[in-house]
Amino acid sequence: MRDLFYDLVRRNGMAVSIYLMLAVSLWVFILIILPQLTMLDYSFRFNLPPAKIGGPEDVYTLEQYRYFFQGSGASDGFNTLDIGILFKTLLAAVFVTVFDLIICYPVAFVLAKSSSGAKARLLVLALIVPYWINEILRAFAFRILFGATGVINETGMGLGLWDTPIDFIRQDVALYAGLAYAYILLMIFPLYNAIESLDRNQIEAARDMGANWWQVHAKVVIPYAKPGIASGMTMVFMLTSGALAAPQILGGPSNLWFTQLVYQWFNSGGNWPRGSAYAMVLLIVCIALVLLVMRLFKVSIGEIKQ
Amino acid sequence: MTKEISLEHVWVEFGEFTAVHKANLNIAGGEFFSFLGPSGCGKTTLLRCISGFQEPTRGKVKIGGQDMRGVGPNKRPTALIFQNLALFPLRSIADNIAFPLEVRGVDKKTRRKRADELLELIALPGQGDKKVSELSGGQKQRVAIARALAVEPDILLLDEPLSALDLKLRQHMRTELRAIQKQVGLTFIYITHDQGEALTMSDRIAVMNKGKIEQIGDGKAIYDHPTTSFVASFVGENNVLEGTVLSNDGKVMQIDAGLGTPFTVENHPAGGPALAPGDACHLFVRPEALRLSKDDSAINQFETNFVTEEFEGNMRHIVMNASGKDLKLSLINDGTNAIDASAPVKLDFAPEMGIALKPGELASA
Repeated sequence: MRDLFYDLVRRNGMAVSIYLMLAVSLWVFILIILPQLTMLDYSFRFNLPPAKIGGPEDVYTLEQYRYFFQGSGASDGFNTLDIGILFKTLLAAVFVTVFDLIICYPVAFVLAKSSSGAKARLLVLALIVPYWINEILRAFAFRILFGATGVINETGMGLGLWDTPIDFIRQDVALYAGLAYAYILLMIFPLYNAIESLDRNQIEAARDMGANWWQVHAKVVIPYAKPGIASGMTMVFMLTSGALAAPQILGGPSNLWFTQLVYQWFNSGGNWPRGSAYAMVLLIVCIALVLLVMRLFKVSIGEIKQ
Repeated sequence: MTKEISLEHVWVEFGEFTAVHKANLNIAGGEFFSFLGPSGCGKTTLLRCISGFQEPTRGKVKIGGQDMRGVGPNKRPTALIFQNLALFPLRSIADNIAFPLEVRGVDKKTRRKRADELLELIALPGQGDKKVSELSGGQKQRVAIARALAVEPDILLLDEPLSALDLKLRQHMRTELRAIQKQVGLTFIYITHDQGEALTMSDRIAVMNKGKIEQIGDGKAIYDHPTTSFVASFVGENNVLEGTVLSNDGKVMQIDAGLGTPFTVENHPAGGPALAPGDACHLFVRPEALRLSKDDSAINQFETNFVTEEFEGNMRHIVMNASGKDLKLSLINDGTNAIDASAPVKLDFAPEMGIALKPGELASA
């Protein structure tokens, strides 16, 4: 730590170094670690009225976590409803992540390898501009698009493809589409960065040695872009499983996203400790899943940060 | 097996820019053929036409008599060695070499066996499990060659493969490449801007400039009897004098180059187009063709003054000034040819060593 600071001073001078150290500590400790620690602390407490906080009943407990696993029932039996929602959320997030990967990989590849500088910049701009619009507005736009009288149903029925409006909202089609769209850039850019640094000669060499297009991608481009793929998938997965706005607006009425449960405990439930415990469960399960998948595909965290 | 390659009126145009201008040539099976030219002369584009990464705008590329239009690079009997080699950094040496077999669905055991054979050929036996980054530049070079040879192509295309190596290794690899070519008996097409490489290795050389093939011939023909001013000035060192042809009797020309008495220069059947009296010309005399006059009666003699000298060990490169024109003179350092820097020095050259050509573009130094 001291050596790091001296090194910073040597490179950037005293003023800049102090600013950097302060800014980074502020960011990391006050904005990230401290709130999470508070949440962690909350999750191990009872939900007490303000008057009793700090009193003799304010002790640490596993009650909130027990509730997640066992529900309000006495002792036996699992809280299948909440656990089910967690798994459904994770499954849906995995699906959205894979779907994003499938649609983003070709885009990133074309952007990185097939288009010239000016054209690529224009394409990137075209990708970014829609994100100047607020996330909630975009979600509502999707709702309109997929609604019973939305553009898609109107067009489909106009063309005679189906007779009665399809309920895309209840079928969760709108939700998946909205989530997939929401974090698409976070998939494209890591992929683009990874593929962009691949020497074009490697692709041509593979072609020249008899590889067809599929083999070029499977044996040369994808192994090379693996850290970028891992980084993009991690980000999309984490953000999708933690998304709130899109599920609130686009989710079917009978279909809860796990974050909505957390939100309910905090908000209408007025039970912050339980909300915190649920949030912690989501965080830990997501991190564990990401680490597991990374180990499965032999990607290290060090590679991702490149 | 080797196949003949022929380029028939090949043009490559990128919008307004003509990268290759009507290339016509035949390369025989088993030949070591080089394209030599400065960067941007179109030699790499031509190579990409042969390997299939570029389709000619007009004209035909034929391999073994078969028109290659529409045949992708993965379907042609060519293997390309890239300037930066393009080895796959994430694969082991053996997996690199066996890549062409892998994409053809050859099983793992056969692949490994073939890789080991090729490692034997390139004198890196037992190194198959190493990583690419563990090899030296010359070893990587050989691995790239082995990888290209893995599926026994008919033609090996090499795009300046030695340019990244240091001088000693480059010279060593020249000999080695030539030896490998003799051993496997394939057609090698070699792209380079380094005339030393082209001259030492090739059976024949095509010198290119601005998309045009200026001259095709063996190394000796290119060096001794260039047919255009560009070739004369690009290949090897040359002194160029602007002059006028006074007479030409078919055997010898008299050329006034503004250095006193007119020079006598022989015509050569392999040389450039004949010049007529009154024609302007470029007269080329190589630094090693100039010599210190032993007496005053030598033919093609003129007076010069010493300017400067560069010492290169075996050779001494001297700049002399003749009537305001600097001329380079190379002398073997044999201790007999000291130059008196304070007095005028007389130089001459043999009539067969002067080359008179129509004035044309000169290679920039």
